[in-house]
Amino acid sequence: MREPLLTVEALEAGYDEVQVLWGVSLRVDRGGVTTLLGANGAGKTTTLRAITGAIRPRAGRVIFRGEDVTFLPPHRKTARGLVLVPEGRQLFGEMSVEENLEMGAFSARGRKALAQNLDRVFALFPRLADRRGQKAGTFSGGEQQMLAIARGLMSDPEILVIDELSLGLAPVVVQQLVAALDALKAAGMTILLVEQNVHLALAFSDYAYVIAEGRPFMQGAAQEIAGRPEIREAYLGL
Amino acid sequence: MSALLELSHVSKRFGGLAAVEDLSFAVREGEILGLIGPNGAGKSTVFNLVNGVYAPDRGSIVFAGGEIGGMLPYEVARLGLARAHQIVQPLAGMSVLDNCTVGACFGRENLSLAAGREAVREVAELIGLSGRLDELASQLTTAGKKRLELARALSARPRLLLLDEVLAGLNPTEIGRMIEVIRKIREQGVTILIIEHVMRAIMSLSDRIVVLNSGKKLAEGAPAEVADNPEVIAAYLGDPGHAGH
Repeated sequence: MREPLLTVEALEAGYDEVQVLWGVSLRVDRGGVTTLLGANGAGKTTTLRAITGAIRPRAGRVIFRGEDVTFLPPHRKTARGLVLVPEGRQLFGEMSVEENLEMGAFSARGRKALAQNLDRVFALFPRLADRRGQKAGTFSGGEQQMLAIARGLMSDPEILVIDELSLGLAPVVVQQLVAALDALKAAGMTILLVEQNVHLALAFSDYAYVIAEGRPFMQGAAQEIAGRPEIREAYLGL
Repeated sequence: MSALLELSHVSKRFGGLAAVEDLSFAVREGEILGLIGPNGAGKSTVFNLVNGVYAPDRGSIVFAGGEIGGMLPYEVARLGLARAHQIVQPLAGMSVLDNCTVGACFGRENLSLAAGREAVREVAELIGLSGRLDELASQLTTAGKKRLELARALSARPRLLLLDEVLAGLNPTEIGRMIEVIRKIREQGVTILIIEHVMRAIMSLSDRIVVLNSGKKLAEGAPAEVADNPEVIAAYLGDPGHAGH
């Protein structure tokens, strides 16, 4: 029985006079991996920003665990378990690994299980455990992405929303990250993923939504989408 | 058709990064050529090389039979090469008419103030800004400012118009109108080189497409041809080999 954890209904959002989203809807089931695909400028990051509260939607609703959270600020959403791993990592570069992780546990929800979650993320990313005192800013891109995911996990999420997993990273590093996410998935974590590599995203996900020019383009089981030629049109316009 | 603009083996580095590498392509007189590529492919750098913001490290850029590589933007503008920028920066405290007159007076024909204003009125008619010439530029909507940017470039009466993301930030209705405007500009005999993220628009507008990836030319041809090219598809959708398991 599939149970929706996050439902986004007819979302419209943008910046100042510029509207980017023109009615994006999606549903993320508990325990599954859902991916949001689309070309540059299609509105993927804006969708994630509107869902997690960084920008206020102009219309539409965000329902999380049965509750309308559309206009809650990001920290309130984080406190409810709706957690973003932002594009470009956005770590605290001058802080150590451990301090970054503590920042992830800022909410009451995260503080409650801090020690346990710290063990969990160090087990998932042993490299972070080895370097817990090192400044985040000295890390490679792949290590920073590990830390960003780990910081998100420290909030004890019900759903982990990841904006651009592999961007700028070497294939071998991406494989390590995917392996870690596979382990999270196996443990029952719900994930909403934005990822530039369509093949990687579809191979890792259960369900996919494709948007183009801020609107729904197609959706379906990830395997089914992977086999459909129309996806090229969403990226190349033809 | 002969080439109005021809880039031959053009390279530009920024520190260790080869933003454009050994790039050659030509824009034929009268055509609309679309320049596409993933983020960071080098599209904006190409525009900056062509209109004189940067000088190429290597290679030649020939416009209307003369070398323009290394010339300054105002020199290039006088030769008949105008650019509509992605980030519009109108002279906010001046009217739409005066903004465009600046373009007309410093363009290909170095028009006098009176002749410049006359040229602007013709352009405004074409672009659909006739009713707004006396408004302050700052009072225009985003779509209005995009039209103004286009009108200002066109007021210089260019032979070649560089369009940099002129559809960005417009709603679907405004995009449709702007596409019609661009077609009309071409019908006036202006050659167009365009960068655009709205892929459906650039694929339908362009006669030919040049695809850039990591600063190099990946493919060139009719829109349908490049959209069928497996290397182009991989550049946009990602390398299937990275999907792993």
